[in-house]
Amino acid sequence: MTKERKMTLTIPQEELMSPGHLACQGCGASLAMRLALKGLGQRTVVCIPACCWAVIDGPFPHSSLDIPIYHCAFETAASSASGVKAGLEMVGDTETTVLAWAGDGGTFDIGLQALSGAAERNDDIIYTCYDNEAYMNTGIQRSSATPLGAWTTTTPVKHYKKERKKDIIGIIAAHGIPYIATASVAYPEDMVKKFKKAKAIKGTRFIHVLAPCPAGWKSRPEDTIKLARLAVQTGYFPLYEIEDGEKWTLNLKPKERKPIAEYLKLQGRFRHLKEEEIAWIQKEVDSNWERILKKCA
Amino acid sequence: MKKVIMGNHALSYGAMLSRAQVIAAYPITPQTQVVELLSEMCADGTLNAKFIKVESEHSAMAACLGASLAGARTFTATSAQGLALMHEMLHWAAGGRMPVVMGNINRALAPGWSIWTDQNDSLSERDTGWIQFYCSSNQEVLDTVIQAFKVSEKVMIPSMIVLDAFALSHTYEVVDIPAQDKVDAYLPPFNPPFRLTPDDPHAFGGLTSPDHYMELRYKLQKDMEKVPLLVEETGREYEKMFGRYLGQVDAYLCEDAEFVFVTSGTAGYTARVAVDELREKGIKAGNLRIKLFRPFPFEKVRSILSRVPKVAVLDRNISYGHHGIFYQEVKSAMFGEPVQPTIFGFIAGLGGRDITRDSFKEIAEYALSKDKAEEEIVWIGVKK
Amino acid sequence: MSKKKESHKIVFNSEKEMPMAPMSLGSMLYNKTGAWRNIKPVIDLSRCIKCGICWKFCPDASIDIVDDWPQINYDYCKGCGICAEECPQKCIAMVEEEK
Repeated sequence: MTKERKMTLTIPQEELMSPGHLACQGCGASLAMRLALKGLGQRTVVCIPACCWAVIDGPFPHSSLDIPIYHCAFETAASSASGVKAGLEMVGDTETTVLAWAGDGGTFDIGLQALSGAAERNDDIIYTCYDNEAYMNTGIQRSSATPLGAWTTTTPVKHYKKERKKDIIGIIAAHGIPYIATASVAYPEDMVKKFKKAKAIKGTRFIHVLAPCPAGWKSRPEDTIKLARLAVQTGYFPLYEIEDGEKWTLNLKPKERKPIAEYLKLQGRFRHLKEEEIAWIQKEVDSNWERILKKCA
Repeated sequence: MKKVIMGNHALSYGAMLSRAQVIAAYPITPQTQVVELLSEMCADGTLNAKFIKVESEHSAMAACLGASLAGARTFTATSAQGLALMHEMLHWAAGGRMPVVMGNINRALAPGWSIWTDQNDSLSERDTGWIQFYCSSNQEVLDTVIQAFKVSEKVMIPSMIVLDAFALSHTYEVVDIPAQDKVDAYLPPFNPPFRLTPDDPHAFGGLTSPDHYMELRYKLQKDMEKVPLLVEETGREYEKMFGRYLGQVDAYLCEDAEFVFVTSGTAGYTARVAVDELREKGIKAGNLRIKLFRPFPFEKVRSILSRVPKVAVLDRNISYGHHGIFYQEVKSAMFGEPVQPTIFGFIAGLGGRDITRDSFKEIAEYALSKDKAEEEIVWIGVKK
Repeated sequence: MSKKKESHKIVFNSEKEMPMAPMSLGSMLYNKTGAWRNIKPVIDLSRCIKCGICWKFCPDASIDIVDDWPQINYDYCKGCGICAEECPQKCIAMVEEEK
């Protein structure tokens, strides 16, 4: 009987993000922050560069997070976080976790230099890229994280994106930092676990979270979790960890990967693709999956 | 303790004695010695600070701002291209009210590549909301770093200490390095009115609508306007403790002068020699060396120059499409005063070309021979 | 935690009331985003199995757990429909808002 059953939550109950924030309906990025903070706890300072979250948090003089935020310049998520961490340590706070929380634009493109610098120095920060696969905050322009075949305002249908999504994990892995992980908002237990794990490690930690965006992906707001799940189940966005630059672990291996068409058809940004183009994308997904699988063996 | 040190090292000692806690810097000629010595001081424990070896000047300032907001005293140094690269972040520091102190070695901006002195780099940043001090001796550099931390932290506005490349940065002079305990008495630990801490969480720098932005900037300007007086107060305090007065300007023989050079940087000391020579010839010359450039020392400039019939402003810079920048600012400061001097503008020494006693001789001859300023720019030493 | 805090929209009548740095002084709870929606979720508690999935996936933290049951916070719910879509029992219906 349902009356005797108890609600057992699989992730911490405490909310560090309040409602009333400015994210669109069904925003993957807002759920990503909510889940990340459940893993990190209140003793966290976050550096947020220009990105959707710079607006989602709410206008001056209000904020929707119960942790301090340093809204920083676009390309400085990593460099600001490195500075904050050094500053906190010098004033005697060695406990507070410093989180850099940037979009794909601020990570893959304009922020890549600072991220590489921080990773090379192994600065003690957790860098999270919440990836909605385009410059969404400025109105859906392509970034180097935009996937093959996608429409954006700067890759219109007649010139849709023909370049592959940049392999950010490969780039960061080359820096040999202690912890790298991918996460998806459709797998909250896995995501919270990874943030908790990252928190306990010293040095640069990088977590790449897929955050579906109904506005930019032209998908239904209610499909956000479904998309974040399909991305993993098709092998498009595998869930894995890299520890100490060497140990690659696959966290979820679907018995049989779902066809990429199932994922693409729920998104208007792929609507223009013909059968042979979808087949091309399937091949790309397959070869990338095999490559990751091999490393995790 | 007296020691023979180079100008760059005077910056390092200033930062060390001020107990800077976080330093994030990127090397650039001719600043490298500043950060190299600071690196050594951090390594051997002379200075208890974190030195972040950032990968560019933009990241250097970004890291300093993060550290400053976390409550740490921060210092950095750069020059020319590096300062230009930091431009976005300079605005950030002032608007974000982070009292970083930075040494800037005045170096000519490329292209073509130049490593020699010229003031365009720091003057291009005069609108960013930073306090700017122009120094002329190694002693002054060291003393001004310490004073700058005190002033900046009082008003929560960042400061820039400017040195001429090579003429000051690499020149060796005897410097009295104050005792640490005396500096500690003058400059207490950084205690900001706000900071990043989970104990009292705030979001800093969020989306600010037209309903609020203007008031925040009004407050920045109002606090900037307190700085000239603060420089005098902290300068007198420094004099009491260390025997050296640090004011907004350095006026030499201006009280009875009929002709005054307005100068800055090392040319400001060369000008003194020229003044002495003119005095020997019977010309009542004087030199007004401007040390505090931002905020502009209006009161001092007006009170000193209004008694002087002729003023020759020397600029080691130019605002293209306009005139020398010190010239423009002195002229605008004197406009509307009941008694106005005739003001001449001279540009010399761009790209590190020497400014010598002869340059001042040429300037004086020209200005003394004319009743009116016929040209807004008189170029000194250009092969026309 | 933050839901216990009440919040009102902060208005400054003078620059003297403003902080010197652009820093937040209150939460976003004043902003009742429930006004955004056209459709709203309604949970049929008689079929609810208390799996917690709706609460887990809400991007707006607008599902509270009250007396061990999920409860939509209609002040803030934006009507995205994720909870209805993800509910394994399909016991959340999206219904039109009465105008």
